[in-house]
Amino acid sequence: MEKVQCQCGHVNPPGTDLCESCGRSLTEKEQNNTLADMRYEGTARRSQTYNKSIVDKIWNFFSSVKIGVSIIVVLLVAASIGTILPQQAYVPANTEATIKAYYADVYGVPGQIYHALGFHDLYSSFWFIALVGMLAISLIVASLDRFVPLYRSLKNQRVLRHVSFMNKQRIYGKGPGNEDTMKKAEAKLKELKYNVSTDKNGLLAEKGRFSRWGPYVNHIGLIIFLFGVMLRMIPGFYVDETLWIREGETRAIPDAPGYFIESQNFELETYTGEDEEAVFGEAIERVGNVAKNYQTDVVLYQKPEDSLPGATDDMEVVDEYPIRVNQPLKFDGYAVYQMDFRLDELKSMTFALTDKETEESFGELTIDLINPDEFYELENGATVELLGYYPDFDGFDNGEPQTATPLPNNPGFLVEMTTPETPEGETSFILIQETIEPFGENQYKLSFQNVETRDVSGLTIRKDKTLPILGLGGLIFMIGVAQGMYFNHRRFWIQQQEDGTVILAGHTNKNWFGLKKDLDQVSEFASLPAYQDQQEETREQDDKKGAELT
Amino acid sequence: MNDKNSNKKNKKRNRAIMRSAILLVLIAAIGYTIYNSVTAEDVSLLKVGDEAPDFVLVDLEGEQHRLSDYQGEGVFLNFWGTWCKPCAKEMPAMDRQYEVYKEQGVHVLAVNIAQSDFEVQSFADQYGLSFPVVIDKSKSVMSAYNINPLPTTVLVNPEGKVEKIITGEMTEQDIESYMASIKPE
Repeated sequence: MEKVQCQCGHVNPPGTDLCESCGRSLTEKEQNNTLADMRYEGTARRSQTYNKSIVDKIWNFFSSVKIGVSIIVVLLVAASIGTILPQQAYVPANTEATIKAYYADVYGVPGQIYHALGFHDLYSSFWFIALVGMLAISLIVASLDRFVPLYRSLKNQRVLRHVSFMNKQRIYGKGPGNEDTMKKAEAKLKELKYNVSTDKNGLLAEKGRFSRWGPYVNHIGLIIFLFGVMLRMIPGFYVDETLWIREGETRAIPDAPGYFIESQNFELETYTGEDEEAVFGEAIERVGNVAKNYQTDVVLYQKPEDSLPGATDDMEVVDEYPIRVNQPLKFDGYAVYQMDFRLDELKSMTFALTDKETEESFGELTIDLINPDEFYELENGATVELLGYYPDFDGFDNGEPQTATPLPNNPGFLVEMTTPETPEGETSFILIQETIEPFGENQYKLSFQNVETRDVSGLTIRKDKTLPILGLGGLIFMIGVAQGMYFNHRRFWIQQQEDGTVILAGHTNKNWFGLKKDLDQVSEFASLPAYQDQQEETREQDDKKGAELT
Repeated sequence: MNDKNSNKKNKKRNRAIMRSAILLVLIAAIGYTIYNSVTAEDVSLLKVGDEAPDFVLVDLEGEQHRLSDYQGEGVFLNFWGTWCKPCAKEMPAMDRQYEVYKEQGVHVLAVNIAQSDFEVQSFADQYGLSFPVVIDKSKSVMSAYNINPLPTTVLVNPEGKVEKIITGEMTEQDIESYMASIKPE
């Protein structure tokens, strides 16, 4: 493509629609238009001009607004398909193989395809990330290609434009003027806070040019936002983990190396409906219990950096804190939230050693289900020895009691009871509400007295170092939106020819009503010729034609 | 005219460099993000050839065992629990092979996952285990080694590197060949 020389002598870059200097239409298409296309001031968008090397071709591909919109549409469609079946995080399976099997079993062939294409974990699937990345490239390239020529053209604006440019503006007027018309117009425009520059017999008044940068500021915000989202994928920036912890337990905090947390107590308080809480009485009657507070009292420990896994004697208390809903424990950029709970897991059981016939008792013993003792000494020389403990008893295998899990869901105890009357001991296998006497009828039994329970807290560990970046991106995005939406770029070109005729033209990127109001004030003060809104005129004519046809 | 041409050429070259640089930076950023998301799940996983994370745990006799103390010798690290049936099944075979290989510089450390002393002690007594059994009370060794299913066995060679990771039950032949593979020269 060649550079284009205008009749006025100015040499324009290839692809220019309107001469950068005088505003004459340079292309045939422009010459045939009644109104000039002012979107990019008629400048050459750089992408449309060169199409040579591979780099240029890739660049031009991303510079296209059509491509950008297509990428957005594809992303939207993909995201909506991603909501049809549950994402893998909400599926009751946790290894890669079981997740795959789950989709195949529950949803059949569609489920298999869904999984194979990565829809089950959409935001982490490589093609989705690639598409978002392409959107980012498109935003940057398209903005650069448009911003640079637009900036240059607005910076180098000429005051005097050719008549053919002016009469192709939407607001246009021509008529006789007075001697002082130009001076008065200049004064009034200045009063209306326009920047006015003059050249020979003409003036250019301009206001709110910065509103033209709105879309580009907006795009910068989006790019920063996407950059923040990208950081989330990098280890150390973003943590979202769950920890189930029982009262009395100390656990390493997932993804927070060196930190440990101990749950001392979990509490669920409900409204009583009495005294000051009487206002809740009606609600309580209607739905039963109404929760007032979920709380886990925790101690936070830290281990020195050189400490080895497994060593527990070098932990230091960092903090003690009651975690409540919306009152997380905060440390070192992490926040630990109260998210869930399970009440009343078995903790310990108390039995009494009694004579089956006489019901005479040797006293009570309490077996800690978490960390049971082996020997229990009772009154009058009686002892109980724990031979076997099966926290989650699920039957016998070769006569051997088995446990299904390490949790005390269904504890079974194999015990030997010794009393002065039965010095050689009696063996008994004790389950909840069931006792088995494997070696014949016993004289003594352990009768169940009571049970102690403990609660489990479901905590969520969060860390998000990308939040300030996301916030900044969002703020810049909104500034860009406001800049482009609530402000507008208004311009007037006024010339007085030698015979006294005044030509005026006006343009704005939005809010033509406001522009006309400004012009009306100037016209009245400086007695400018009457102007027309050429677009409305064309529309009216079209409407008339349409009416005639029907 | 010459001046104009060379100016044009310069401009073109600068434009090509600028565009290539911008595209390269963006493509690199996308590639890095995809790489991170694809490998996110297994960055923390232990791999063959990695340095075996050092730890210190106490056995049933109250003796401390620190992995790095066994540098120069092979360590057969077996993670287990009393509720895990395949774990119980492979214990006697491990014990027999330990008798053979302990003279040749292979140690067995059976790491129980956070159970009570009583349960672990009675299990060890029942199976007559002769190798040290340690309890990982806070599950921190378990998370350092990223142990998921039980049993999992990690073979640590005399250089302190992970030789092999075995998940699931092992036969006696397996155990024999695994112990042979981490025997010091």
